[in-house]
Amino acid sequence: MNRYPAWKYLFVAVVVAASLVYALPNLYGKDPALQISSAASGGIEVSELTWLEVETALEAAGIKPGAHSIETGSLLVRMPDEETQLRAREAVQKQLGSGYVVALNLAPATPAWLHSIGAEPMFLGLDLRGGVHFLMEVDMDAAVTKAEERYVSDIRTLLREKSVRYKTVARPAEGGISIRFRDADQREAGIRLVENEFPDLAVTAPDPADDEYEVRAAIKQTAITETRRFALQQNITTLRKRVNELGVAEPVIQQQGINRIVVQLPGVQDTARAKEILGATATLEFRMVDEEHNVQDAVDGRVPAGSRLYKERAGNPVLLEKQVMLTGDYIIDAVSGIDPTSGGPDVTITLDGKGANIFSRATRDEVGKRMAVVFIETKTETVQENGVDVRRRTTGEEVINVATIREQLGKRFHITGLDSTNEARNLALLLRAGALATPIDIIEERTVGPSLGAENIARGFHSIWAGFAAIAVFMIIYYLMFGVTSVLALGVNVALLVALLSLLQATLTLPGMAAIALTVGMAIDANVLINERIREELRNGNSPQASIHAGYERAFLTIVDTNITTLIAGLALFLFGSGPIRGFAVVLCLGILTSMFSAIMVSRCLVNLWYGSRRKLAKVAIGNTAWK
Amino acid sequence: MEFFKIRKDIPFMRHALVFNVISLVTFVLAVVFLTVRGLNLGVDFTGGTLMEVTYAQPADLEKVRGVLTGLGYHDVPVQNYGTARDVLIRLPVVENETGAKLSESIGAALREADNSAQVRRVEFVGPQVGDELLENGGLALLFVSIGIVIYLWMRFEWKFGVAAIIANLHDVVIILGFFAFFQWDFSLSVLAAVLAVLGYSVNESVVIFDRVRENFRKMRDASVQHVIDNAITRTLSRTIITHGSTQMAVLSMLLFGGETLHYFAMALTIGILFGIYSSAMVAASIVMWLGVSRADLVRPPVKKEGAELV
Repeated sequence: MNRYPAWKYLFVAVVVAASLVYALPNLYGKDPALQISSAASGGIEVSELTWLEVETALEAAGIKPGAHSIETGSLLVRMPDEETQLRAREAVQKQLGSGYVVALNLAPATPAWLHSIGAEPMFLGLDLRGGVHFLMEVDMDAAVTKAEERYVSDIRTLLREKSVRYKTVARPAEGGISIRFRDADQREAGIRLVENEFPDLAVTAPDPADDEYEVRAAIKQTAITETRRFALQQNITTLRKRVNELGVAEPVIQQQGINRIVVQLPGVQDTARAKEILGATATLEFRMVDEEHNVQDAVDGRVPAGSRLYKERAGNPVLLEKQVMLTGDYIIDAVSGIDPTSGGPDVTITLDGKGANIFSRATRDEVGKRMAVVFIETKTETVQENGVDVRRRTTGEEVINVATIREQLGKRFHITGLDSTNEARNLALLLRAGALATPIDIIEERTVGPSLGAENIARGFHSIWAGFAAIAVFMIIYYLMFGVTSVLALGVNVALLVALLSLLQATLTLPGMAAIALTVGMAIDANVLINERIREELRNGNSPQASIHAGYERAFLTIVDTNITTLIAGLALFLFGSGPIRGFAVVLCLGILTSMFSAIMVSRCLVNLWYGSRRKLAKVAIGNTAWK
Repeated sequence: MEFFKIRKDIPFMRHALVFNVISLVTFVLAVVFLTVRGLNLGVDFTGGTLMEVTYAQPADLEKVRGVLTGLGYHDVPVQNYGTARDVLIRLPVVENETGAKLSESIGAALREADNSAQVRRVEFVGPQVGDELLENGGLALLFVSIGIVIYLWMRFEWKFGVAAIIANLHDVVIILGFFAFFQWDFSLSVLAAVLAVLGYSVNESVVIFDRVRENFRKMRDASVQHVIDNAITRTLSRTIITHGSTQMAVLSMLLFGGETLHYFAMALTIGILFGIYSSAMVAASIVMWLGVSRADLVRPPVKKEGAELV
């Protein structure tokens, strides 16, 4: 009666063996390593040739690297220790140049045979490995405003080209686009043109009595949705580029909801720099210095009509022409370096073809005159207004450089006069990564230092281990042989859970480790139910074999019942939780499922093996049942 | 070894009224603390910035406060966290400053004052995120409650569903009451613990209800009160052992899990202890007051196997 068919034993044995094998990689530590990948998608491929270059660089620096491998487009070189890892990074970055990202990483020291069957250690969350988590929100209204502004200028150009006479094309404060025409005929022609040329605009029927001949246009809802989607996508792309520039191994950049982006940077320690680079929208404008008017007059309040007053870094006022010669949109590359003539830091900017044309036309007649580079940075602040949080965007404009144009400028030119190499590097980085399309705010940040991460792992591990040990001792003392089988089943449960988490590569967080500990405590419930039932059957005078059988059979439905309610709670946490809570929920739910298997099948299997084959079983070791 | 050798049924239900009064009093007290003191909501829900800073030697809290005051942040809670060398700083949502930038400027100022200062952890939650997390927490609680009632309704009868959820929500309110009374930090992970407790302690009610149904069938002449007493008595051993095991795991978290898991484990501990009490004394007596009868569960064509449980 208590004998399983051979296939059942085999099945349990295979599952147990597999779970042990797939849980195994978690026992090996991690090696410090360099991860080298291409800086831009579609750029230089990482290949064995890259390795040769890296090897040369390391040899020159006197570093003996560990094993290397190339996987999914990146080269992983193991290092003997962390100090060497830092030195190696410098040497390799220098050798490879800016075409590659050289990031510090920890490579799992999984033996090759495990690796080859797809066994990897669990994927650790930021609270366990250290790093930064950002939740960013894209300002969608600004994206729409920008689109409307673009339409305003496009409509102006269109009407001018087709010789339709208009008074104004503008974007009123309440949004939308307003066009004023000279007369009713021009208005008719204008509406037709706009409707034909811009199908995404909805033009409202004009009021015939309106002597301003005004027409309103608005972007259609479908187009707005599209604009928003595009704005988010563009931001994700830009963020990805910027993260690449930071040199982070295994970054996560994902869309969340309709207007949010999650950025996770494992192992990043310099959060200040990460935030500066991720959060700011920066662009450049090139303007001529107004040399006809007096700066002092402007400071006193008499600013000439065609000019604007700016401030230099040092605080000196400078008068610039209102007309922008070129904006940062045309910049395709920016590299920091050392200016050969002055020896100071500089940034070399490369423009695209269109930008180069515009710029060479604009500077042709200005040789010998002074040109200013205005750095515009947009940042967002939360301000309290009447007790309500209002987010306000401020634009900081600063003249970072005024230089005399020495020759007609074209595709490539330099900006000099920067304060430090660090500043040059950051400026180049921001320009190169391209300005973010729409302003983006950090609305949530979670930073965990690497030492705290390691401590959290130790804490989680100790919690699980101590809980397991205490339960094991109690179960064996209380239920004797059945306690032993229960504890073995519990051990299998933990192995199975860890193996599943490793296979799924679900993110393990500290709450996730807490869930493992909790699962250990709750999973034993099933075995207690079974063991108590067996005792009761024995007490009622049933034979040991019949009691074991009845105990397992009868406890089964209760076990399912009790687990379902916990599963409901786990599911709710998964659906409504975020981040670490979701990690908790995943482990809790998986733990419930694995515990059903281990508590029912594995422990039964062991009991059957031990007692099942004995014909004349007079007594089982489950503790004293001799009272009635 | 056997802890519980209970030969006679313990007349729990004779004292049902007493238990209910105790429950009611604790419940009312919890509600009073919740309304008067309120929960000490963590930055997860209120928005704001939380920084954990560690020093090489025991930290001088006054000095840290001084640095913060120097930066213009007055009356900021600064406290030791875990050890004397670790300091926890909680800043509300600050005007004219994004949380992300704020932590940087404070970190720099603290390092200037004492160069062994090391920022170990920063949590910044924008106000809009906090509101959402709170709302999602409420939704999750609602989802779990409704899910459990529906499940028990299907499995047993509506009276059981209602009784179980009242008993267990009573646990939840009491856990929250503890957090309000001691002004413990109520974070996202505590909320997770509360929901886990809700799911977990319903188990207990399920086991007892299963026994009640079984008894209705077996003990044909017994009164409802006797049936329930017997069910509780027979499952008492299992209840205490399983809760004891779970508590061992939670206790190890409380001891080894560090500060981050401290309140999580605390919520679980309170939940488990009150869970034992509430499913045995509260849920069963509510079922009794709701007037459960043999006819509710044992219909002429008896539902088979399902009823025959521990």
